[in-house]
Amino acid sequence: MLPIEIRDVTLNYDTPGGKVQGVKDVSFTIAPSEFVCIVGPSGCGKSTLLNIIAGFLKPASGEIRIDGKPVTGQGMDRGVVFQDFAQLFPWRTALGNVSFGLEMKGVPKEEREKIAREQLRLVKLEKFTASYPHHLSGGMQQRVAIARALAYNPAVLLMDEPFAALDALTRDDMQRLLADVWRETRKTVIYVTHNVAEAVYLADRVIVMSPHPGTVKLEVKIPLERPRDPLSAEFVEWQKKLLHHLGHEAGGDDMQTNG
Amino acid sequence: MTPEQTQRRRSIIRGVIAVAALAAFYEGVAYSGLFPRVLLPTIQTIARTLYGMLADGSMFEHAGATLFRVLFGFSLAMTVGVPLGILMARFKPVENFFLPLVSALMPIPSFALVPMFMLWFGIGNTTTVLVVFYGATFPILFNTWSGVRSVNPLWLRAAGAMGADEHKLFWKVIIPGASPFIITGMRQGFLRAWIAVVGAEMIAASDWGLGWVIFDAEQFLQADIMMASIVVIGIIGFVFERVVFGSIERATVQRWGMVRMVKG
Ligand SMILES: Nc1ncnc2c1ncn2[C@@H]1O[C@H](COP(=O)(O)OP(=O)(O)O)[C@@H](O)[C@H]1O
Ligand SMILES: [Mg+2]
Repeated sequence: MLPIEIRDVTLNYDTPGGKVQGVKDVSFTIAPSEFVCIVGPSGCGKSTLLNIIAGFLKPASGEIRIDGKPVTGQGMDRGVVFQDFAQLFPWRTALGNVSFGLEMKGVPKEEREKIAREQLRLVKLEKFTASYPHHLSGGMQQRVAIARALAYNPAVLLMDEPFAALDALTRDDMQRLLADVWRETRKTVIYVTHNVAEAVYLADRVIVMSPHPGTVKLEVKIPLERPRDPLSAEFVEWQKKLLHHLGHEAGGDDMQTNG
Repeated sequence: MTPEQTQRRRSIIRGVIAVAALAAFYEGVAYSGLFPRVLLPTIQTIARTLYGMLADGSMFEHAGATLFRVLFGFSLAMTVGVPLGILMARFKPVENFFLPLVSALMPIPSFALVPMFMLWFGIGNTTTVLVVFYGATFPILFNTWSGVRSVNPLWLRAAGAMGADEHKLFWKVIIPGASPFIITGMRQGFLRAWIAVVGAEMIAASDWGLGWVIFDAEQFLQADIMMASIVVIGIIGFVFERVVFGSIERATVQRWGMVRMVKG
């Protein structure tokens, strides 16, 4: 729900083999409650950029402002969901995982569990509050991760290919569910993906990145009505348009359409 | 019965068969007359001696003394090993300082220190507890150190993003995240402690303790007492390994799916 400004952000990785360019001079802004997808082939710096916005990495130059305040590290104004299912704490139940952020905030047990239950209902897991992650499917674990990131009510949700490791059918369900969750919560979302159909389905606006070095190539607004129908002619048209923009890149064959 | 119960019942039956086979073999040799009876008493004799020592309470006092030393030393080892292992894994200077020390001290058998500890602390509990402490600390420390280093960085990131400070990170993420290793360290540490205490008691204890009983009985050719004590040592060790640590593991890391179930 807060605006985000990303200005001239550059980051290099120091590796034993020398400097690797992560991202270079990336700038764009995000409006409050906007759903922005970042797409681009593998290695174009999507995760690097997201990790900088999350505060896990410090840029070499440039800055990020959320609601006007510069980002200096991790903060509870941002919730983060990763691709890896292993992000959940295996020693905590679904409910325990979702309550974690509230627990850190010092919210009393009864209240935080009430909120956690509501969040789990939002991602349709109310029956699995007492389950440990290893008893849940990949899709369910990712839903717990989303509920966990939403539970302490951050204004911004940062997601790094959260559904990339799921099978195609589950992924479709999850995209629908995420669109519903977003409609209800109106968070500002930055969503990294290399799946073009996913971007067209979810995004208000798509930021297309290109590699070597990781830069923003262009921005595309997706003006389609919601809920979107992936089988409609316009949807397919937008998908083609986006693919076309990506196709000129070296890693273009890495991009996926639906599935 | 659940498959798990069936599984456990089977493993108990297998264990009983193995022990019975070993006992039958022993009894065969004892009865064969290859060795004098006093040196190789029959199971019947050992059982009678054991019963006598249990009935007059002396076995409980010996086992109690040994357990006290082991649990005291083991608790000390936990209070030093776990925090130090975590500090070493989290802070490079601490690691740089302690790792060479650990590598140098770990291979020294704790038994080798008994005579020196006796010079310093005399015969009795201080020496035996310290020997136990020495033996148990390193496996605990080493495993904790490995465990903390293998904590999934995603957990730390996720917890950090949710506002966990260093203190909360420590208790709510690092300790549970490293728990499979910490429990392994406890297991190995206890085993080392149990081995160390019996050895230490043989030369550094007086009047009480299972190790002392064995050593003392040797002077009077009381092989039945030695055997009875060895059986008790084995049983207590088994109970700790399978029952105590086994249930800790089932209640925690196995329940959380962080380690595979042990079958058999
Ligand atoms: N921890 C790291 N150390 C060194 N190089 C890295 C690291 N993480 C990413 N890179 C490099 O930075 C570039 C961008 O990576 P990344 O942000 O992960 O891309 P994407 O998420 O778009 O696939 C790649 O060339 C990658 O190899
Ligand atoms: Mg990535």
